[in-house]
Amino acid sequence: MDRVVMKGTEAIAEAAIRAGCRFFAGYPITPQNEIPEYFSRRMPQVGGIYLQGESETASAAMLYGAGATGIRAMTSSSSCGISLMSEAIAWMAGACLPVVLCNVMRGGPGIGSIQPSQQDYFQATKASGNGGFRMLVLAPSTLQEAVDMIYNAFDLAQKYKNPVFVLCDGFTGGMMEPVVLPPMMSDEAIAAERKANESWAATGRKGSPTKHKVSCGERPGYKVPLEEKNKMDWAMYESWKETEVEYEDYMTEDAELIITGYGITGRIARSAVDLLRKEGYKVGLIRPKKIHPFPEIAFEKLDYSKLRGILSCEMSIPPQYYYDVDAVVRRRTPIATCLRSGGEIISRAAIMEEAKKLYGEK
Amino acid sequence: MENAILIGGIGGQGVVMFGKILCYTAADVEGKFVTFYPSYGVEKRGGVSNCYVTISDDPIGAPKADDSNTVVALNDLAVKTFEKTLLPGGTFFIDSSVCELRPTRTDINVIEVPASEIAREIGNMKVANICMIGAFIGYSECLPPEKILETAFKMLGAKHPELNEVNEKAFFKGLEIGKAAK
Repeated sequence: MDRVVMKGTEAIAEAAIRAGCRFFAGYPITPQNEIPEYFSRRMPQVGGIYLQGESETASAAMLYGAGATGIRAMTSSSSCGISLMSEAIAWMAGACLPVVLCNVMRGGPGIGSIQPSQQDYFQATKASGNGGFRMLVLAPSTLQEAVDMIYNAFDLAQKYKNPVFVLCDGFTGGMMEPVVLPPMMSDEAIAAERKANESWAATGRKGSPTKHKVSCGERPGYKVPLEEKNKMDWAMYESWKETEVEYEDYMTEDAELIITGYGITGRIARSAVDLLRKEGYKVGLIRPKKIHPFPEIAFEKLDYSKLRGILSCEMSIPPQYYYDVDAVVRRRTPIATCLRSGGEIISRAAIMEEAKKLYGEK
Repeated sequence: MENAILIGGIGGQGVVMFGKILCYTAADVEGKFVTFYPSYGVEKRGGVSNCYVTISDDPIGAPKADDSNTVVALNDLAVKTFEKTLLPGGTFFIDSSVCELRPTRTDINVIEVPASEIAREIGNMKVANICMIGAFIGYSECLPPEKILETAFKMLGAKHPELNEVNEKAFFKGLEIGKAAK
């Protein structure tokens, strides 16, 4: 397959279309403007729908409507724009809709800055809206991974009938890199899925005497009280710990120090591991590919008797990812941090410096 | 071998185009990994404009290198800002017809290219960046010159095929300067 050079945001949009996404509603915000822009050009070519809402709130509500018809649908935004979508995200989780959302993170809190950051970790993994629902959260570290994860996200959304969240940063969204694009989902396959989804989706009463609707608070096919529905959702979230954990484990076997981070930070940290190894430091990398469910097993299987410590890196001050690492490590080894925030890119040199400090004598 | 290149100037000088031409060309070369990351202000013309290109034989870890092997400075601000980011032994290309400042470090190679002057002589100021690419390629040999021109023709010649000739002229002028500086 040919590799093409694409900008991250555009690659994300193209991968979504190839995954069968045929509805996109969104509202412009830097640094993800090329996603809606690309969809606006491309959707008419594939018979899909592109809508620019009057706001993020409206766009997410449109996604709710589209998702309820069973069509593969998506929206994207950045940080403060995602906050505006919180209400609809909770409703979509409540209604068990197979939609995909992408956050191309910028500096925060509030309007923050237009530069890249990783300051929405808690928001994405713990509370994207009210009610305690959870989503699968995919965190790409390269453009190829962004493409593959977006492509896969639509399948996961359909499989679990739950929103899937792709947490990307403005750096990965803004850079260009060669990628191999996945094959286009055929019109037949798209039609077949929509047909199958008619069992639950709101596609019209079509003369039937029974109501045919999708409601927030109901799992399709189950007429149960809300508490029962919430229990079913919880069981699903728990099952992800067995089925959906995904992480990169690099040179950890003989490592005396673990560097960990997700997304772009994980990518930069991996090259720091390579350089530190060349200098004779026994370091390894743990990089979650999904940050929810958190890959606890990656940290559980470490030999703590050998470890000098863990360096947790992210582009967020105060840290957020760090607390998930801390929760699983439970003081079995010291954890230090290497952090940037507010739109500043974490540097490989800084990661190496902090790692050496924690490592001590070779 | 990883070549981390930082190109700095102001909007309108073709900084981003410089980076994109390198990026698209490297992507076409078998076995090369490449990343391109632009960083610019809100102004289209006149604002600060930088971009980072990394070309490597191995997968790239840090697409925005904090220490570059190569800096290309197209204005004084870039000379001032990016001199310190260059690794010892790195190469500092400078448009000597535009920049009044010069790097003060002694542990780097400075290559002066009067790119804007050359572009003026050729008759089109827009080709100064292509001249600088020529100098960079002539010196570094990190990508095949004919491939660079191919990309430039594809990207710039699509809208303005009449510019292919001046772009080619500017490129080869730069290429000679780069080779001579080795």
